[in-house]
Amino acid sequence: MTADTAAAAGPLDATSPRTLSGRPSRRPRPPRRIDLEWIALHAVGIAIGLVFLLPFVFIALTAVMSDQQTLTRDLWPQTFEWHNLVDVWKTPGFTTWWRNTIVYAVAGTVLSVVSSFPVAYALARFRFRGRGLALGVVIATMMLPPQVVTVPMYLVWAQQFHLTGTLWPLIIPMGFGDAFSIFLLRQFLLTIPSECIDAAKVDGCGDFRAMLYVAVPMARPGIAAVALFQFFYCWNDYFGPQIYASENPGAWTLSYGLETFKSAHHTDWNLTMAATLMVMAPVIIVFFFAQKAFIEGVTLTGVKG
Amino acid sequence: MSTSEAPGQSRGWDTWQVRRTARNVAFLSPWLIGTGLFFLYPLAATVYYSFAHYDGFTSPELTGLDNWRYVFGHYPMFWPALRNTMWLVAVMVTLRVVFGLFLGLLVTRIRLGAGALRTVLYIPYLAPPVAATMAFAFLLNPGTGPVNVVLGKLGLPEPGWFNDPTWSKPALTMLALWGIGDLMVIFMAALLDVPTSQYEAAGLDGAGRWATFRFITLPNISPIVLFAVVTGIIQTMQYYTQPLIAGRVASGVIGGSGQQFEPGYPAKSTLTLPQLIYNLGFQRFDTGSASVVALVLFALSMVFTVLLMRRSSGLLGDGEGT
Repeated sequence: MTADTAAAAGPLDATSPRTLSGRPSRRPRPPRRIDLEWIALHAVGIAIGLVFLLPFVFIALTAVMSDQQTLTRDLWPQTFEWHNLVDVWKTPGFTTWWRNTIVYAVAGTVLSVVSSFPVAYALARFRFRGRGLALGVVIATMMLPPQVVTVPMYLVWAQQFHLTGTLWPLIIPMGFGDAFSIFLLRQFLLTIPSECIDAAKVDGCGDFRAMLYVAVPMARPGIAAVALFQFFYCWNDYFGPQIYASENPGAWTLSYGLETFKSAHHTDWNLTMAATLMVMAPVIIVFFFAQKAFIEGVTLTGVKG
Repeated sequence: MSTSEAPGQSRGWDTWQVRRTARNVAFLSPWLIGTGLFFLYPLAATVYYSFAHYDGFTSPELTGLDNWRYVFGHYPMFWPALRNTMWLVAVMVTLRVVFGLFLGLLVTRIRLGAGALRTVLYIPYLAPPVAATMAFAFLLNPGTGPVNVVLGKLGLPEPGWFNDPTWSKPALTMLALWGIGDLMVIFMAALLDVPTSQYEAAGLDGAGRWATFRFITLPNISPIVLFAVVTGIIQTMQYYTQPLIAGRVASGVIGGSGQQFEPGYPAKSTLTLPQLIYNLGFQRFDTGSASVVALVLFALSMVFTVLLMRRSSGLLGDGEGT
């Protein structure tokens, strides 16, 4: 900040709303002042925050309990059995579920972003008859419960392509535009000034090159948000793997495998919670690295734009 | 995919129009093909199967309205599933919207540690549904679950949660309230968008706290409230993983598709419509009846989707175009 701007900003920063407007103004959000309301507000915030954290605390504490202790009503582990986490990792199939989940999530994300972008671009920038209808269908399919079309799709994948027992029936459709990604990318593309793209076209770019070299770089935050959502969707998906992969344990994902984990370990809540923790961890780690893009994406899904 | 039926006048196309139509179709092609293959075809097939007897192996036989009569009249799980969905819409969706708005108001007012609080409140939303549900099945298990341990120490009654038909849906509601992060962020953004000048004007007029909320905040964010309610209803109709996993873990029957599991355990209290599609289509190989349930689910979702599109024009707002 230069001296000039600092000086210009100085008086504004220093003045309270009262002197700024010349008369007392009662704003709903008082400036930092520690009064009863401030204390109550923060007390409620801390209390709710703790309640939201407690499930994670109990999961983590149980995950390192001994087998005998999980059968009791104890909340705190007598001994910390860190090897539980290693035992979970060594469970037959666990590493396969990891690999399958990563393949599904990465392939699904890349395919849906690449195939959805041109569609979103056309819906945001081109004028053509039926555009409103196309957009309506995109939103309708976005809202459509995935279970509605499952039965006939399963029959096609099983009878025509013999691909059940693999994750291909979940990955391949991602290459044909995903309604949610199209919608979100379009919302984002609407915020990009058309002058930038028009300028590229004046310079002799075709529509495709204008999209690739102007719109794609400018839409990077939108693409990041869509990629994150898609990655999380695949990572968390239970219904898809249940339908298509359940018959072949070699194709199970973490979400599907985790469910079977409980049956193999009956009442061993400690190992089940250790596995649960390990399934939750990657999603939370990814979130910490990409928090901004994520929050931006969530607000974009609201009725803005 | 045929490109010859592109929209436009049929007479006298000049090359510019042809090229522009070709361009539009090219950009839209992934979606056009995808919608045809993965939406329109299965939807048409579902309509056809709903009027046929079909086990997925021998060829389908048209049987008129038999499947529809069976699902509405004799299938013992249909009405309980629909009742459960209505319960969840009335209680879970309402509580989620109210609590989400409350948290939005809280985090926009808090100054100290607001970022940390937002993160803490948001993270449970990201927990994979299977993992989150298994965690709650543990937290709420009647014997050794921490929640009942704490309730017991306080001398309070210990509900059976996922093992008791009267408590299973409240337990699912608690799980859904834990995952409130999406609504909190949406409400947070909406609340920050309310023009400060309106608050200032209300302050000058001597409006109290409640009046300010009622006459300034609420009207400004009402489109977002509507959005949250309608998408909440649509999500509730698709509610599948959480009730299924909760029921399976609580009943002790879990995993392996071959195992016998009473859907909706306990006492059908966690049945939802998508579970019926799985039960009919993939466990009883009654493709026809599964298709009937799928169409009911489709129709209900469409009603609310159309409502949403009608009411929030921003969703379909026009961009500029070439």
